Amino acid sequence: MHINALDSYRPGRSRVHRLDPRVKLPLTLLFILSVALMPDRSWVAFGLSQGLLLLVTFLSGVGAGLVQRRSAVALPFTLAALTVIFATPGHPLWTLPGGLLTVTDAGLWRFLSIVIRSYLSVQAAVLLAATTPFPDLLWAARALRVPRTLVAVSGFLYRYLFVLADEAQRLLRAREARSAAPGGRGGGSVVWRARVTGAMAGSLFIRSYERSERIYAAMLARGYDGEVRLLKYQPLGEEASLGEG
Amino acid sequence: MLKTEVLPASPQMHIPDGFLSLSVAVVCWIVAIAGIGLALWRSRKVLGERQVPLMGVLAAFIFAAQMLNFTVAGGTSGHFLGGALAAILLGPWAATLTLTTVVAIQALLFQDGGLVVMGANITNMAVIAPLVAYGVYRGVRLLAGERRWGSLVGGFLAAWISVVLASTACAVELGFSGTSPIGIALPAMAGVHALIGIGEGLITLGALALVTAVRPDLVEAEQVKARIGGLRWAWVGLGLALVLTLLSPLASPHPDGLERVAENLGFIEAAQSAPYEVIPDYVFPGISNEALATITAGVAGTLIVFAVAVGIAALYRRRETARP
Repeated sequence: MHINALDSYRPGRSRVHRLDPRVKLPLTLLFILSVALMPDRSWVAFGLSQGLLLLVTFLSGVGAGLVQRRSAVALPFTLAALTVIFATPGHPLWTLPGGLLTVTDAGLWRFLSIVIRSYLSVQAAVLLAATTPFPDLLWAARALRVPRTLVAVSGFLYRYLFVLADEAQRLLRAREARSAAPGGRGGGSVVWRARVTGAMAGSLFIRSYERSERIYAAMLARGYDGEVRLLKYQPLGEEASLGEG
Repeated sequence: MLKTEVLPASPQMHIPDGFLSLSVAVVCWIVAIAGIGLALWRSRKVLGERQVPLMGVLAAFIFAAQMLNFTVAGGTSGHFLGGALAAILLGPWAATLTLTTVVAIQALLFQDGGLVVMGANITNMAVIAPLVAYGVYRGVRLLAGERRWGSLVGGFLAAWISVVLASTACAVELGFSGTSPIGIALPAMAGVHALIGIGEGLITLGALALVTAVRPDLVEAEQVKARIGGLRWAWVGLGLALVLTLLSPLASPHPDGLERVAENLGFIEAAQSAPYEVIPDYVFPGISNEALATITAGVAGTLIVFAVAVGIAALYRRRETARP
């Protein structure tokens, strides 16, 4: 599988792309933090935040459609917040047939505010991922004092994710080739299917484990001593300051 | 097609930004950072310089393993989460670090879970889940002695309980944030994940059986550890179960969903004539006294989790120094 099939980075040369990741990552976090701090029903603040996001989207040139499509990923979770519509005390707006559940105005506003806050935050995260190559994000995380080991492990995860995704795909293809599944039921009982999947996970684990042993040996052969050394990134330059923001 | 296969990990457990109140997010970050710190310290001792390549590749394994799915019934499919398997095969600390990077990259790369609330997702899926899974696994192994069923039953139970407990923690966080009344969120989340957990348990069992057959050395290394540290980890399992029982009465101070609705209706009727005002625009589910009570209890619960984690570390360290 090619790396582009999964990666959410969209190459570009815009101002947003060129902004130093050590500025971009904290800015995104601050934006999400400020959205989280907005009280319910602060429609003006929500609107301004959305305007800012649209402006950045426009500047970055990644396309508003892409951002909206990717942001939809968090929408299923809104189901978890649906119950506040009924469970918040307030003026009744509408009673469901049966009279058990009543929509209250406070509940509705609370629900809408949660969904809007969530959607604003996801858009910001999407923009960050779409305009920043992943290694740069790791570099920024390191600059934000994320422990070295975690950053190094994340780097390996990114490096081998696509290799192992290929491996998993081969396992799935092999299973499909061996058990015809016209109606989506690959034969056998649910328990049997689950155990077959378990065996696939087990063999994927062993392949991964053995691969990590080979990688470790290769790293040792190249002088690895527990420290992952990278070519130095340049220090934060002047172009990262206001001029580029 | 490839994208959709890799993307959805378990959307019902990856909390997006905006769903947690800031105070809950901060408390979760504190728990997450404490867990990660302990895990970094412990796993460095055990794995040394192998830490980075081993955990990095196995984190990628967990990612890729989530692509493995199987049809359950009527077009729905279950897929593998991998937390319990990682804890059983790598030990709880390496599993915590591995799963932390998985959660972080799901959020950064795929927006599966939020950035500011990442502490909560790490707490649920990378701290609570592997620690519980390992404690349960160790406990069952201890009961079973040398018999083979111990590993398999332990694997199944560890996977099931860790999935259910992680979802419980998620529901508790949503409840404290006022996003979803805990009386509704808790049974809904725990119920759905009690089913998901069965699939997870069966897959974990199948994976363990295969790894035991092909690379018994990987499981055996853990068995040696089991004889030494089994009792301690069983205590951890017990401790976490205790935390769960301490957390569950938390659900009761919050009115049950239907109760709450009835209360609303009652309030609505009363409001037309009642002389008192029950803060009409107040959005936090539960009246201030109850909220205060639950928050106090939540802090207590968090402290207990933390104390258990510190206790584990202390026991671990004593054992290390006792052994030459």
